[in-house]
Order: sequence, then structure tokens, then C-alpha cells
Amino acid sequence: MNAPDGWKRQDTAPPTDTTDPDYFHKVVDCQWACPAHTPVPAYIRLIAQGRFSDAYIMNRQSNVFPGILGRVCDRPCEPACRRARVEEEPVAICRLKRVAADHKDDITDRLPKKPSKTNGKRIALIGAGPASFTVANDLAPLGYECTIFERHGVPGGLMRSNIPAFRLPESVLTEELGYILDMGVELRLNSPVGSMKALLDEGYDAVFVGTGAPKGKELSLPGRKEGDANIHIGIDWLESVAFEHTKSIGKKVLIIGVGNTAMDCCRTALRLGADDVKVMARKPRSFFKASEWELEDAEAENVAITVNHSPKSFVVENGVLTGMVFETLEYELDEKGAILSQNVTGEVTIPCDDVVLAIGQENAFEWIERDAGLKFGKWDMPVVDETTFQSTTPRVFFGGDAAFGPKNIIWAVEHGHQAAISIHQYCQDQLLLAHPANGLELTSTKMGMFEWRYSNSFDDAHRRAMPHVELAKRFKDLGTEVELGFTAEQAAIEVERCLNCDVQTIFDAPLCTECDACIDICPVDCLAITQAGDEVHLRETLDAPGLDAEQALFVSDDLPLTGRIMIKDENICLHCGLCAERCPTAAWDMQESQIIIHHVEDMAEGASQ
Amino acid sequence: MTSFAKPSINLKNAKRNALGLTWHDYEGAMSTLCAGCGHDSVSACMAKAFFELSIEPHRAVKISGIGCSSKTTAYFLNEAHGINTVHGRMPSVATGAAAANSGLTYIGVSGDGDSLSIGMGQFAHAMRRNVNMLYMLENNGVYGLTKGQFSASADVGSKSKKGEVNLAPPIDPVTLAMSLGATFVARAFSGDREQLVPLIKAGLKHNGFGLIDVISPCVSFNDHAGSTKSYAHTYKYYHKAVHADYVPMSKEIKTSYDAGSSVPVKLHDGGSIVLRKIDEDYDPYDRGAAYAQVVERAAKGEIVTGLLYVDETQEDMAATNKLASRPLNTMPYDELCPGNAELTALQNRYR
Ligand SMILES: Cc1cc2nc3c(=O)[nH]c(=O)nc-3n(C[C@H](O)[C@H](O)[C@H](O)COP(=O)(O)OP(=O)(O)OC[C@H]3O[C@@H](n4cnc5c(N)ncnc54)[C@H](O)[C@@H]3O)c2cc1C
Ligand SMILES: Cc1ncc(C[n+]2csc(CCOP(=O)(O)OP(=O)(O)O)c2C)c(N)n1
Ligand code: SF4
Ligand code: SF4
Ligand code: SF4
Ligand SMILES: [Mg+2]
Repeated sequence: MNAPDGWKRQDTAPPTDTTDPDYFHKVVDCQWACPAHTPVPAYIRLIAQGRFSDAYIMNRQSNVFPGILGRVCDRPCEPACRRARVEEEPVAICRLKRVAADHKDDITDRLPKKPSKTNGKRIALIGAGPASFTVANDLAPLGYECTIFERHGVPGGLMRSNIPAFRLPESVLTEELGYILDMGVELRLNSPVGSMKALLDEGYDAVFVGTGAPKGKELSLPGRKEGDANIHIGIDWLESVAFEHTKSIGKKVLIIGVGNTAMDCCRTALRLGADDVKVMARKPRSFFKASEWELEDAEAENVAITVNHSPKSFVVENGVLTGMVFETLEYELDEKGAILSQNVTGEVTIPCDDVVLAIGQENAFEWIERDAGLKFGKWDMPVVDETTFQSTTPRVFFGGDAAFGPKNIIWAVEHGHQAAISIHQYCQDQLLLAHPANGLELTSTKMGMFEWRYSNSFDDAHRRAMPHVELAKRFKDLGTEVELGFTAEQAAIEVERCLNCDVQTIFDAPLCTECDACIDICPVDCLAITQAGDEVHLRETLDAPGLDAEQALFVSDDLPLTGRIMIKDENICLHCGLCAERCPTAAWDMQESQIIIHHVEDMAEGASQ
Repeated sequence: MTSFAKPSINLKNAKRNALGLTWHDYEGAMSTLCAGCGHDSVSACMAKAFFELSIEPHRAVKISGIGCSSKTTAYFLNEAHGINTVHGRMPSVATGAAAANSGLTYIGVSGDGDSLSIGMGQFAHAMRRNVNMLYMLENNGVYGLTKGQFSASADVGSKSKKGEVNLAPPIDPVTLAMSLGATFVARAFSGDREQLVPLIKAGLKHNGFGLIDVISPCVSFNDHAGSTKSYAHTYKYYHKAVHADYVPMSKEIKTSYDAGSSVPVKLHDGGSIVLRKIDEDYDPYDRGAAYAQVVERAAKGEIVTGLLYVDETQEDMAATNKLASRPLNTMPYDELCPGNAELTALQNRYR
């Protein structure tokens, strides 16, 4: 067997330290993969019990915008989901979040409130996107006076100006931004900040820059200037559609680029009257930046995705754009799929009425004077600390797309949480470096013989397909939400697909009589009793040795009767509890692990004690 | 008892045998034995051995008597043939089945009560006849199914759960088997599958009667302090003398064998049982010496395990009795029942 590099060969693997909060956190792969570390299985259990409001609140504590994210999150959790290791597809984690948001009761009285008196600290937040809103969400209830400056006439950032309403209805945005504004956050609309220096002079205790990456990339090819009237920069064009300045487009539209922005552009074009929309990609499909599900949704609307076409020039006849010239390419790939070489095989002209450029976004900090005190580094980006989000000017913090370039909403939220901690520490004259470490709480789920506090039995249902509005009804306006959300029946099935990876198998070595019962019952062969040894050797003793070095191997203390050890490959465990049910001495127990992730409110409590 | 069935998961990297099956394809129904019972471990080892030998499950026959141990035929090899007979009567049914169809692989599953008390006579005669089968005696020193009475294998001085001391001397199936002519005699422990799985494979491939006396603790009635068949006691006193494994003909035997310590024993199918002596002094080929060793060690409280005696030169029942090599169920009726004239001719031979 070829062992992945991460496995240790020589040294005898020591017993696992399961008190390290990261150990079980990593077992909950979805939570580990979520930038804001949303406790996924825990909220799915709440949904399963019909406790939608509780599930919503639990989500909100981590990710602040469950209704928004339940529709448009980039969902890094799903590719990480363990379900896909024992079956075809991951749990529909993201869309279950939406179930909680759609079906919750009025939760307004459960939200953090503006305190009766302020703590006297004034925070300026620039840009009304998810990053700034998260900072405000965390700080306002502690008494900070938060003021958000936004250049546009509506809040939400790209969530409003760029993510189309057919994916994210305005009402959902308004509701969730409203919860934060209701905490006494001041929102100044139509207030572009034109000078960092001037703002600093206003004497705010801290400034948070959440201005995003607002500039679309340009494609300077012959004909660009001449055809300008019908050549649009993707994010500007989407914004102008969102704010109803643009209400139509030509029949034949080419979208250049194949990222998520391109997917929104092509689908928006269809809703503005285009009937022949092509997305033009330079490389083969395996190199596309767009998520597979965004590609599927676009293709379901009959968008044609054309690969291996590299834009060469715009064709402008009599001052009017009539088409684009592309070089056709051919790639030689190695067996891992990396490009070895590329070859131009020819040239084609594709007729069109409009072109939308969706090839990337950039930051733009022209409003921060280079003598305002902040240091700028590589690519003319401000120097920002990766853990504290502090710039070189101590009272100025960054987060979201403004900090390290374009990412996504859930990253903006996590940046916001961390920046809020730093801002609090800064305002309370504390050291910035010590962000509180995560904690771990374990609680047994045992209720009786073969009875656990969670639905432990493996359910072999496949992933539910999201119901969509039928094609014919989608295009009449921009605001018809395409996804309908899971039905009650679908949700009831989908929640059971979750493996409850946060309910851990906890092993108590001194109790084990080495009867092998747990090993035999385990449906995925992830347990073994063996002699101590190096990790490669230990993994080889498993009936189905996992192949992922990232996934932990649990190593127990010495067993009392023979001095051997119990090992467990965490990779494919179903958390089904059969080992614990089978063990005659309760050496295995199924315990819910709660990763304690601190937000600024915990620190404030600590400080007041 | 478990509240739900073990789910069947198609692991992407599960090991597959020559038939393309995984070991889960050799499992049986969900066990209803007490959690932690040694018998379940033996069932898992059976499944693994059949899996590793790539025997088609439907070419195997499981036969048992009565007892927790005898119930386990339901818990492995779902696709195999099987019968739960009357208490202690498994050997005669197995003998009949083997006579009728020698092309299948026979596994008898029994307990110490089933074999050494009520079924002692049948057990003895199956060995004497050298029926071609592997006989698993899952030995826990008690009648588990009837709630823990001492069985005939209970050691003198061993305590029952309630503290009663056993005074009657035990019957040791291993020495009994050696004295009755069994040709493959082994002892093992349900807790040591590194030893048990290869041993089962060797026993399945051995031609003739193979006995594996498996110490298989009863967690509910005989796993306490003072018991000599508990996990703790067995782990403490068991001693590996001879390791045995089956190596098929197709595989060259690569290890070099130190004279006297390990020797491959050629089998009928061209494969070999490879013995590895862990205990230099032990001689598994000499019945007298082996017998003496086991008795001597037992007196010291040591549980000697491994393939303790093997003789591959003896004819099995089918050969001795010149039984038809073709299964009876494939013979045409007129061959199977040659008619009145043949019967009369036969009877006349005895007049
Ligand atoms: C077309 C498109 C689709 C996307 N789809 C998704 C998706 O489905 N899921 C996902 O997770 N992410 C998506 N993203 C990315 C996501 O929208 C951003 O990563 C996220 O909104 C970043 O949040 P932010 O708070 O950092 O900044 P932004 O959301 O960009 O908000 C910044 C705000 O600051 C304002 N501003 C800028 N400069 C100034 C100034 N000088 N003064 C005052 N105000 C200012 C801007 O007007 C804007 O409102 C998408 C992006 C695009 C372009
Ligand atoms: C003819 C007959 N006599 C008695 C019994 C009651 N009985 C059932 S199982 C058993 C003993 C089984 O002991 P053992 O073979 O050691 O199996 P274990 O349960 O210990 O595995 C007895 C006496 C019976 N079923 N049939
Ligand atoms: S919970 Fe136990 S039995 Fe179930 S898959 Fe995990 S280790 Fe195996
Ligand atoms: S079932 Fe319990 S006692 Fe038996 S080997 Fe597993 S952990 Fe040990
Ligand atoms: S009573 Fe004893 S022998 Fe029977 S199943 Fe339970 S542990 Fe096994
Ligand atoms: Mg018994």
C-alpha cells in the first residue's frame, strides 16, 4: 500500500489526545470546513425535531445570516461532508439551513439587544456588506456605538447589488440585515467614504474597512473601446441590473469567464430578454471556477458552456458590436489532469449583440490616501494581520473581501467575528494576539439500553433533489426565486442522512475486555485491536484502510488484559453507535462533542467577571 | 441484542477476494447473543476465513446442535446451507451429509455442553470415522443457553457466578480427540483472531476430521473472577505453541524453514498447511508426544494453543468406506436406486 505522506512511519504512534478540541472538531468535517465553524450536525438534529427557531438561532450564532447562507452560501462544508465517503452525495447541509430559516417562528425577542447604555466607544464601519454587518452584530449588543457608511442607497453589499434576486430574494436580505440594524446600529446610506484621513479625524475609537473588492477586471483586446456600448463589466452590469438602471440586453449574449459571477450574468441575461446565451471558457471543464451546482443550474436554463475558446478580439461593424473572435485551443493533460501544453488549433468568430466580462474582481482603495498611515504591500493591498485583522494603523481593521481579496459571504462573516474580537480587545486596551482558544464539551447521549439521544441508525436514503420553479415561469421577472426549498417530506428524509459526526465514539481503555465485539459489529471496519506500532503499520491492520492522511487515526491507551491497543480510523465512521451498543462493558460510549468557539460576547462576559 | 441491523455499506476501498466479494458478504444475520460473547468473535473469524479462502458461500454447509454456540450458524455465511439439529446430534447429521455429498465444505458448530455432555458419543464417533469436516467446539465451560450450569469442560476449582466450586474433573476435547484418532486437533481463543483465522483456514482445507477447541468466554455467566474460562484468565494463561496457516498451491512458500521449527504439510488439494513452531520443544506430528505435552502443560494451568496435532496421511471416511465421490443429488435415479434385482443380489451375498 502506498501510504500518504502525512502518516508517520517509524515512531510508535502515541495514544491520541482527545482533550485537544481540534481532535473532535476535525472529525466533524463539515464544521471544520466551515469558515465560521457552524455546528452542522447539531442544527440538523434540531431541524429533525422540528425545532426550526432553535436551529436558526444556533446557526445565527456562528454564521449570522442563516436565511441568506441557506440559499447562496459557497458551502465549503458539503465537499467535506463524510456522507460522501460511504455513499454518493453529501448531506444537503446548506439547504437544510434554509429550512430552519423558512420555518422558524418570530425569533426577534431571542436576538441580542442594544444595551440600555453605551460603553462610550464609537466604531465606524465602511461598507454595508456582510463583513461590516457581522462586526456590528457582535459589537452593538456590548454597548459599542456602530455607524455603517455605505455609498449605495441600500445596504447588503454584493449580496444585494450582485447576487441576483432569483437566487436571493430581497425580503430575506432585508429581514436579516434588519435584525442587526435593530440592535441600534446606525446606517448612513449614500455616504461614500472618500478619505480615510478625514474619517480618522472624526475621532472614532476604531475603524473597520468592509468595502469589499468592488472593481471588475477589464479585458483589453482590439475593439474593446469601439464596442464599449455593448461590452459590460460583469459586476457593474449586475449592479446596474439590481438597481434597475439596466432593464434589457440583446438577444445573443456572450459571457466571458466561467466563475460564479459568470453564472449569475448568464442567468440574468436570460431574464432580461436574451435567448441565446453562451458562456465562453478558455479551459476544459475540470478547471472551471464555478461550483458544480451553479453550472448545473445555468445549464438547466439552457445556457451553452463552450470550452477551449480564448478571446482574441471584439468585432465592431459600423460602430456596433457584432461578434467576438476566439482562438480554439487544445490541451494536453497529464494523468492527474494538469495542463502539460496548449495548442492553438484555429480561430472562430461568434456573432453576438452583447458581451459580459466576468473574469474576476479586484480591490480598490483609491480613497485611502497613501499617507494616511496604513502600510500597503503586495499588489497594492493594505498590510493586514491574518489573525487579528488589524492594519498597520492600530485602530484600523479590515475584513471580508477588503482584507485579502474576493472570497465569499461566509468568510466575510468569519472575518467579521475575528475583527470584532480584535476591536474589542483594542478598545479595552487588551493584547490583541490572544484570541481565545476553542474549548470542548462532551456529553453522553446514552438514554438506556440501545437508546441514544440522537437518531443513530444509518439511513440509506440518497440526497433529495431541490425542487425548482418550472422553466417557463422563471424568466418573466428577475425576482422569481428559482429554488422552492425542501418540502416537509424532503427535509424529514434529508436530516436523517446526516451521520451525526459530532457524536463521538469515546473509548475507555481500562474497561475493555478485548472481546472484539465492537470490531465485528462495525459496518465500516474502522476498528481494530493490535500491537502498538507506527501509523502506517497500524492503518494496514484495518480491514479497509483509509487512504486519507488528513483523517485522524485514534490510538487508545494500552488495553488492560494484553497491553495491546484499540485503533479507530475516523475517516469513515458512521457514528452509528453499534460499537457502543455491542460492548459488554460500555468501554465505548457515544458522546456529543460541542466545540466551544468564542465570539466577542464571551470575552466581554469574562472581562466583566 | 441489538436494536437494529448492521447496515450494508459499499466501501470504496473494501478488500475483495478472488470472487470479488467482501468479508461482509460472508456475514450472517444479526447476532442475538449477549454483547461480548466469544461466540460472535468466532463467527466473525469463520466469515473472514471463508472470505480469505474465496470459498463460494453456497458451497458450504453449517451444521450445529443446541446452545448459544450452536445458534451461531445463523450469524455467518448467510448464503450457505445449514441445519440446527437436536441437542448433541450434530455429528450424525454431518456424517450423513458428508456421505451424501462430499463436494461441499462442512462446518460443525457446537459447544462444550453439546459435544462433551449430551453429544459425547456422537462427537467421539465422528472423530473415529474421520468425517471430512471442521468441527468448531466453542468452549466456555458452561451451558450458556440454559443460564450457566457447569459443563463437562469446567475445570476443577473453577467458580460459578454464584460462587459454587466445580469438583468434577473436566473432559478435555483436545486430548480426547487425539486419543480417538482425529487428524487435525487444535486449540484456540476467540480473543486471538490472528491465530484463529489462519487456523480455521487450515482446518477447512485439511482432509478428514478437524477439531478446533475454541475457548470462547460466556460474558454473562462465566466471565467473572474465579472462572478459568474468562477473558482475563484466558488472556493470562494461554500460550501459543504452534501457529498454522494455509497456503494455496498457487502461492510459492517463500519463507525458509529452520530445520525442526517449521515444516509445510502438503494437502490433498496441492496447497499446504504451514506450521510455525513458537514453542521449540513442541512436536505436533507425534501423537504420543503431543498428548503428553498438552496434559503436562494443563496440569500447570497453562492453556496450550495452536495446531497441536496433525496427521495428513489418514484416509477420511469417504475413502475408507469407498463412498461415491459424486454427490447423490446429481446421480440419475436408476443409479441411485438400482432396483429390486440388485437388492436381491446384494442380500444373497450375506446368506
Ligand atoms: C456576482 C457575484 C455573485 C456572488 N455570489 C456569491 C454566492 O452565491 N455566495 C457567496 O458566498 N458569495 C458570493 N459572492 C461573493 C460575496 O458576495 C462577497 O464575497 C461578499 O459579499 C463580501 O462581503 P464584504 O462585506 O467583504 O463586501 P461587499 O459585499 O462587497 O460589500 C462592500 C460594500 O462596501 C461598499 N463600499 C465600497 N467602498 C466604499 C466606500 N469607499 N464608502 C462606502 N461604501 C463603500 C460597497 O458599496 C458595498 O456595499 C458573489 C460575488 C459576486 C460578484
Ligand atoms: C435434549 C435436550 N436436553 C437439554 C436441552 C437444554 N439445553 C439447551 S442448550 C444446553 C447446553 C448448551 O451448552 P453448550 O453446548 O456449552 O452451549 P453454550 O450455550 O454454552 O454455547 C442444554 C442443556 C435441550 N435443548 N435439549
Ligand atoms: S460508531 Fe462505532 S460501529 Fe459505528 S461506524 Fe463508528 S466505530 Fe463503527
Ligand atoms: S466490545 Fe467493548 S470490551 Fe469488547 S473489544 Fe470492543 S471495547 Fe473492548
Ligand atoms: S449466555 Fe453466554 S454463551 Fe450465551 S450468548 Fe450470552 S455470553 Fe454467549
Ligand atoms: Mg458452553
